[in-house]
Amino acid sequence: MNEIYTRNVPGMTEVLSKASVGIAGCGGLGSNAAVSLVRAGVKDLVIADFDVVEKSNLNRQYYFLKDIGKKKVEVLSDRLKEINSECKIKVFDKKLERSDISGVFGDVDILIEAFDKAESKQWLIEEWSSKFPSRPIVSGNGIGGLGKNEKLSVKKIGSLYFCGDGESSEEEGLCSAKVSIVANMQASLVIELLMDK
Amino acid sequence: MSKITVNDNVVEWNDGLTITELLKIMKYTFPMLIVKVNGELIRKDQYGTYLVPENSDVKVVHLMSGG
Repeated sequence: MNEIYTRNVPGMTEVLSKASVGIAGCGGLGSNAAVSLVRAGVKDLVIADFDVVEKSNLNRQYYFLKDIGKKKVEVLSDRLKEINSECKIKVFDKKLERSDISGVFGDVDILIEAFDKAESKQWLIEEWSSKFPSRPIVSGNGIGGLGKNEKLSVKKIGSLYFCGDGESSEEEGLCSAKVSIVANMQASLVIELLMDK
Repeated sequence: MSKITVNDNVVEWNDGLTITELLKIMKYTFPMLIVKVNGELIRKDQYGTYLVPENSDVKVVHLMSGG
């Protein structure tokens, strides 16, 4: 076993090394969740985002000054391989459309919804649920503003899971600590679901 | 009275009740929602035509921007 994982919870490394996780959107939720999943032992990820790193992303997303102007998926893929060089990262660097979902994420066990706009979250959840009704999708919902940790929760409706406070939006502004908590709630839930499979 | 539950609240049910009408009754004016009826996801383009069955368990989630 790779020495990276010697401090893992017993049993998780074996399960996670065989799992495949999709991440739709590599911003504050997606980039932080991806890093946690790889640190936990996930080696097979499909990451999708059309955007490039901007300076204003650095208050919450897992990118550095040297990354500005580069494609998020490419930077994130390299960063994940710097944590574990055995990772296999598939990247999709165009804007995702409904018709892309089966082709891009068809082979993953679980999808993390990490889009920015509510409209995009809606069509992705609808599309995923109609194509793969029994496969879990873990959505980030309510990450804006400050604090209120006590309001953060996981809401489960069948194979749909919502992490966040369910009521705040990005219009309130975004704080790295809160965004990272929710990203890690998503990652933690994905790990738990994979272990329970 | 015939009933359904909406996010665990008991709501009166009428024959021919659509999701669009139900959202009005519940005053759910939020533009971006996820609606599930008895575990089945109802797409946004079905809100005006899908008829909510009697005794249904309806879940509505408001989607907030930010990612």
